Amino acid sequence: MPRKLFSLGTSSLTMRVALAVTTLLVIGGVLVSIAAFAYGRQAAQEAYDRLLLGAANDIAGSISVVNGEAVVDLSTSAFQLLALAPDDRIAYRVIGVDGRTLTGYDELAVPKDLGGTSGSRFFDGKFTGEDARYVLILRRIAERSLNGTIQVIVGHTMLARDALALDITRKALFAAVLSGVAMLLLAVFVVRSALKPLDRIAQSIAGRDPHDLTPVDPYVPREAAVLIGALNGFMARLDRQMSAMRNLISDTAHQLRTPVAALRAQADLAAGVDDEERLRSIVARIHARSVSLGALLDQLLSRALVVHRGDSAKREILDLRDVALDVFESGDFNLLAPEAGVRLEIGEEPVEVLADVPSLQEAVKNLVANAIKHGKAPVEIGVSVENGEGCIWVRDAGTGLPPSVEEALGERFLRSAVSRGDSSGLGLSIALAVAEAFDGRLSFTRPETGGFRAAVVLPLMETRG
Amino acid sequence: MRATLRKRMRGWVLFVALCLAPGLAKARAPEIVQRFGDGDAPRHLLIRSTADLSIFGQVIEAYLATRAGLAVTYQQWGSNDLYDDSVDGCHGGPDPADMVMSSGVHQMVKLVNDACARSYRSPETENLPAALRWRDELWGVTREPVVMVYNRALVPPSEVPRTRFDLLDLLRPSLSRYAGRVATYDIERSGLGYLFAFADSREAATFGGLLESFGRTDAIATCCSAELISGVADGTYLIAYNVIGSYAMERAFGDDRIGVVMPEDYTLVLSRAVMIPKTARHASEAQAFLDYLLSSAGQTELQRARLIMPLVNEEGAEGERISETALRPIGLSPTLLVALDRQKREQFIRRWHETFQGTRLPSAEPQ
Repeated sequence: MPRKLFSLGTSSLTMRVALAVTTLLVIGGVLVSIAAFAYGRQAAQEAYDRLLLGAANDIAGSISVVNGEAVVDLSTSAFQLLALAPDDRIAYRVIGVDGRTLTGYDELAVPKDLGGTSGSRFFDGKFTGEDARYVLILRRIAERSLNGTIQVIVGHTMLARDALALDITRKALFAAVLSGVAMLLLAVFVVRSALKPLDRIAQSIAGRDPHDLTPVDPYVPREAAVLIGALNGFMARLDRQMSAMRNLISDTAHQLRTPVAALRAQADLAAGVDDEERLRSIVARIHARSVSLGALLDQLLSRALVVHRGDSAKREILDLRDVALDVFESGDFNLLAPEAGVRLEIGEEPVEVLADVPSLQEAVKNLVANAIKHGKAPVEIGVSVENGEGCIWVRDAGTGLPPSVEEALGERFLRSAVSRGDSSGLGLSIALAVAEAFDGRLSFTRPETGGFRAAVVLPLMETRG
Repeated sequence: MRATLRKRMRGWVLFVALCLAPGLAKARAPEIVQRFGDGDAPRHLLIRSTADLSIFGQVIEAYLATRAGLAVTYQQWGSNDLYDDSVDGCHGGPDPADMVMSSGVHQMVKLVNDACARSYRSPETENLPAALRWRDELWGVTREPVVMVYNRALVPPSEVPRTRFDLLDLLRPSLSRYAGRVATYDIERSGLGYLFAFADSREAATFGGLLESFGRTDAIATCCSAELISGVADGTYLIAYNVIGSYAMERAFGDDRIGVVMPEDYTLVLSRAVMIPKTARHASEAQAFLDYLLSSAGQTELQRARLIMPLVNEEGAEGERISETALRPIGLSPTLLVALDRQKREQFIRRWHETFQGTRLPSAEPQ
């Protein structure tokens, strides 16, 4: 397929506006010329019709009745008036009461369909082969000796009319062309100045350090602000993912170093031991360490997943009860601690929030794992609506987190927890990341009925209807 | 000068009686026919004109000297006959002229208004002032004052009329010796006379007074410039009123019995009108001749023939001069159509007859 030489999609805005304005001007110009010509014709017509009428009235006024006969004493002034159209030939005829020509050109006839009995009427015709314009006026004679209507026809050719019409048209067109050119220049100027901010933005982005992902200057025209907003949003997301990636790498390195070093120490130890009993206990320790290292790795990965999904996964409307039910039914914790006696506590009404199912499941699983590990049975998974917010929570009968840990929730807490090889801090960190990714928070309460409750609190979706 | 001119003329001169067959009203014929140039010249030009051959012939001669291979047939006509002939030519009559030049400019304006003329533009025609050009179909080529001619021997210098008022004063005494010895054109027979009288009537109120004086003193109305001037020369008339200046000056130059006055109250100035009929067979030749007439060479020839007269303080001005404001050029404009309006003409001629020859009944024939 041949490539299009000119594509509207990528052509310059200046070009587009110039094209649009030119099209507008051409169409407008055609309309203006038609209008100007019509106006010019009409103006010329009116001006010279008055001339004709004046001359005709002059001639009609020079008619008198002498001895019972109409006599036309043609005045020079009538012809001087007509001579104002200097190059036009003059036609006139005065028709008597009996329909015979009193004076003038016999061949001039009154059109049959002109009608009427008084006043003045204009009509178009020919005069010796040339287009001409005529006026007919009637003069009523009521003398004892002569009674009837005398018709006066005066006409002239159209040279002066056409010249005037053309002159008016030309002047109007000249003005139109002039203003058109001015508009075109103005349009180019306006487009140039309107698009200047884009150049500025492009330059400021191009001039940036490759690692600089801070927002671009938002002081731009409203239309460009949309673009800048999107750009800034995109850069913020990029920034978050980059730092998440950085954190993941450094956390993972940091967290794995200690357990791996411990494993190596155990293994070194085992190499130098001959005692079978001792060896077995070392192997058992190595096994325990490996298991907890595996769990740690799982959590690290799931946290990376959660952080990643929070930014990138598509959010959807979901029912928190489904999440609770899924976690409950998966029954992973039963493998860890069948004695915990996990229960489900959900209501009849759906609790709808905007979030991502796998992330939430991960958060709840971690909370459950914490409750089983550090709390006391029985453990409950529940969903409720509190203060207009959706809560998915995990409750146990223990005393809960020490207040210092509660206050230190966050990255540093995670770090310290990790450095201690404590996976519960990591679990809370995951829950916190999930809650924040979906505009929610992590809440810890100690209900009056006793025990400790950790909840992910998310804003409710507007229930429909 | 005229003798040399005649010697240079080749071809033949034909005098034709004005009326070949008495009673045949429509019979029209040129007064004189003159052929210039070689008989076997490849190109030909037929000019019909009211200008006297004796005056205009030298202009044609001068033109032929610049243009080889051209033969010109010049027909001298009376203005009314020429008009009628041109109307015929316009409506498909036989043998149309290639160029018509007439002193009856009102008749020429009418011909142009009736679409009988051919349009032509050239640098020469564009140079003409607007008053001497109409529709690019009619051009004023000459400049001739309308003058009073008097007999030098019989009119004492103190009585020579400088204005129309002087003429009125001469005619006022009941036993004026000018009674019956003042002549002017018969406006019915002379298209030129009619035009002058019509122009006078538009120009000033003196015209009515003049007509009345002419009528009271039995002034003579006669035809044609030549008759008027001859009459003054031989003493039949003491004064001739409204004579075309070119002929008067031409005669006065060689005849010291004749004096010429340009009236100081106002002097009409006539420009003979040239038109190229739309039916002309040799239009391009006519156009070339027109350009010549309007060129500086042609203008010089016309001046030599006294068809262009210096009027106001110009170099070469002869005789008396008048102020520029007193000049009244008869412009080529459709206003002149009024002069040929049939009712207007009837009324004008009737009025002229009634006052001029009070006893004579009007015999105006409609045109």
